[in-house]
Amino acid sequence: MNQCADMKQLQAPLLDEIERQLIKATQAGLPRVARPYHAIGEQLGISGEEVIQRLQSMLDSGIVRRIGVVPNHYALGYQANGMSVWDVPDEHIAELGQKIGALAFVSHAYHRPRHLPDWHYNLFAMVHGKDRAAVDEQVRQIAALLGESDRGHTVLFSTKILKKTGFRLS
Amino acid sequence: MDLLDRQIINALQGGFPLSERPYADAAAQLGTSEDELMQRIDAMLENNTLTRFGPMFHAERMGGAFSLAAMKIPDADFERVTGIVNRFPEVAHNYARDHEFNMWFVLGTETPERVSSVIEEIEQETGYPVYNMPKLEEFFVGLRFEA
Repeated sequence: MNQCADMKQLQAPLLDEIERQLIKATQAGLPRVARPYHAIGEQLGISGEEVIQRLQSMLDSGIVRRIGVVPNHYALGYQANGMSVWDVPDEHIAELGQKIGALAFVSHAYHRPRHLPDWHYNLFAMVHGKDRAAVDEQVRQIAALLGESDRGHTVLFSTKILKKTGFRLS
Repeated sequence: MDLLDRQIINALQGGFPLSERPYADAAAQLGTSEDELMQRIDAMLENNTLTRFGPMFHAERMGGAFSLAAMKIPDADFERVTGIVNRFPEVAHNYARDHEFNMWFVLGTETPERVSSVIEEIEQETGYPVYNMPKLEEFFVGLRFEA
């Protein structure tokens, strides 16, 4: 599986120089001016239309996931953020992961490697609630859905954001 | 946070317009003005209601890589290790969690190889092992936060 993931990365399209410059110019955020794409274009020596067209094609190809605001979920009252981790049979993880990922309260769901004997969980599902009781209830729903495939689980609550800057090109 | 702030958060977690006057276009949808929308976004970034505003990039599609990594740090050493880990520009997010594995961070690097070299550097500088947990598969999710 690891090798498979590496292969996908090697096949990923690489950036051209203008795309790199565009990422560097926008990764800290869009300027709050009436014509932000033109402002960025001026900085890079290209037209605002080209900035718009390049961002559109990066959106289409998935290099840009989305353009918008990222709320601080603590500030919105989602005080309890639980990373629920599950030990499920590897041979069923794709099917189980799809089911869990489809739940409305799950924001991310991933298959990740175990580190035996210290870490035996292979399915990660992030759940968010107004308080821990809400998260615990969501975890019970996941457990019920997994049934006998749940060979053990726990929830790690975040206690502090130590850093949150997002991905940066250096 | 008032009604307009909530509407901005609920409407603009994606789909910010790619147009000549995107704030004006988004503001029209929200029934507010271009200036007001810019000021609201500024204020919410300032008071930490928003952590970011702009394009969100997908590192893997850029030829780079993301990975989640975890560490088990004694409480007495937590602050020192946090300082070391956070100094790496490749560390995009870092969360403290209430578990024996009490530090969890996301690495975003320009090359897949850089993930392992950052991990080695962190292990050397901190003296603790780093458990690398790259995603093997991502399952579809649709949640957006409701304000």
